Amino acid sequence: MSKKKEDLSVDAFEYAAPQNLQDAVALLAEASGEARPLAGGTDLIAQMKENRRSPSLVVDVKKIPELNVLSYEAGLRIGAAVSCTQIAEFEPVRVHYPALAEACALIGSYQIQNRAALGGNFCNAAPSADAVPPAIAYGAALVIAGPNGQREIPAEDFFVGPGQTVLEKGEVLVEIVLPSPPPHSGAAYLRFIPREEMDIAVAGVGSFVQLSPDARTCGQARIVLAAVAPTPVRAKEAEAFLTGRALDETTLAQAGELASQAASPISDVRGSAAYRIELVKVLTRRTLGMALERARG
Amino acid sequence: MRQAIELNVNGEPHDALVDSRETLLDTLRYKLGHMGPKEGCGNGNCGACTVVLNGAVVNACLVFAVEAAGADVTTVEGVAAEGNLHPVQQAFIEHGALQCGFCTPGFIMSAKALLERNPNPSEPEIRLAISGNLCRCTGYDKIVRAIQAASQALSQTA
Repeated sequence: MSKKKEDLSVDAFEYAAPQNLQDAVALLAEASGEARPLAGGTDLIAQMKENRRSPSLVVDVKKIPELNVLSYEAGLRIGAAVSCTQIAEFEPVRVHYPALAEACALIGSYQIQNRAALGGNFCNAAPSADAVPPAIAYGAALVIAGPNGQREIPAEDFFVGPGQTVLEKGEVLVEIVLPSPPPHSGAAYLRFIPREEMDIAVAGVGSFVQLSPDARTCGQARIVLAAVAPTPVRAKEAEAFLTGRALDETTLAQAGELASQAASPISDVRGSAAYRIELVKVLTRRTLGMALERARG
Repeated sequence: MRQAIELNVNGEPHDALVDSRETLLDTLRYKLGHMGPKEGCGNGNCGACTVVLNGAVVNACLVFAVEAAGADVTTVEGVAAEGNLHPVQQAFIEHGALQCGFCTPGFIMSAKALLERNPNPSEPEIRLAISGNLCRCTGYDKIVRAIQAASQALSQTA
């Protein structure tokens, strides 16, 4: 039957598919070489084929119950191995976290969304990761398990640089936790790509707005920029500027200008630095407008 | 490292001894003889390797065979029922929705999956559903028309 050349371009590795978190942590902690958790594999396997990553141990985390949690009670819990499709189709996500549902439905094709996991979108740590800005904008925290037990960190503190996270040897991302959206709040995510589908963001912005109790001014805002810095970044000056202000067209445009100051983009094949700065201004204004509309219900 | 796996392909159980580096696509093609799914790009862009894995369309080039242990897989070879072409396949023939044919098995799988979750898709919904499948011959128009025709054919038989 086999006519194929045995040209396995991927470097040899051991594969394990532990059934529980303790075993996964032990395998990752005790690995002698590089070890990588495997969720959907849509980034990792492509990188291994291109020899951009060559782990000697791959730990498939898809059989671990904690990483498959998807529930909405006092907030939203998403196991790190839950696929973009599962998230985008989960009714509470569509109702309470529409910006996250929309971002999950932007990542690649249906084929990709059916495999790609939100935890993978975080751990791959691409500055352009589409699902990360809305998660941070909604105030996400990450639960991380390791040899010394579990810890929880704000999602925005997870990233160190392109492809690099704070995960220590033996640590695995367990779940992404989003607080219940407060009353009179809304969020939106938009990215710019030069085509309709199947592309990597030239720039992306996720915005969250909570109105003051009288609904006349902005009580709190979070603005998260993608693909314009080595990691996803908060535009904190723009957020502070918005707090306490009435949200009219001029204010949103000013917030866009301020947000662009938090960007430190590179020029590459997808766009120049100057173009990305302009995109941040426009996408910030538009996502704030959409978030505001959702906050007003 | 090699590992013995069992998987169901088009309803038939198979055993295979696979290298951890081997993709599901390679196992299907070179160990189990299902040559319908194709390797185009090998990195999840072109969709020529599209199969249904446990009920969901995936790129078989981005799944390690060891991950598919115990899984149910459907390839384009499993789409025709009892020798009768699936309405999507029939519509591709009638509308000339292929030229070289390399991408066709992937398109058939994506189109069939679309019509199963959305029997009457709009044209934008069709184009979105096939956005993960590249065709370098047809310009897509005949593919879209074929999927629309298959949608109508299926609604008449339902």
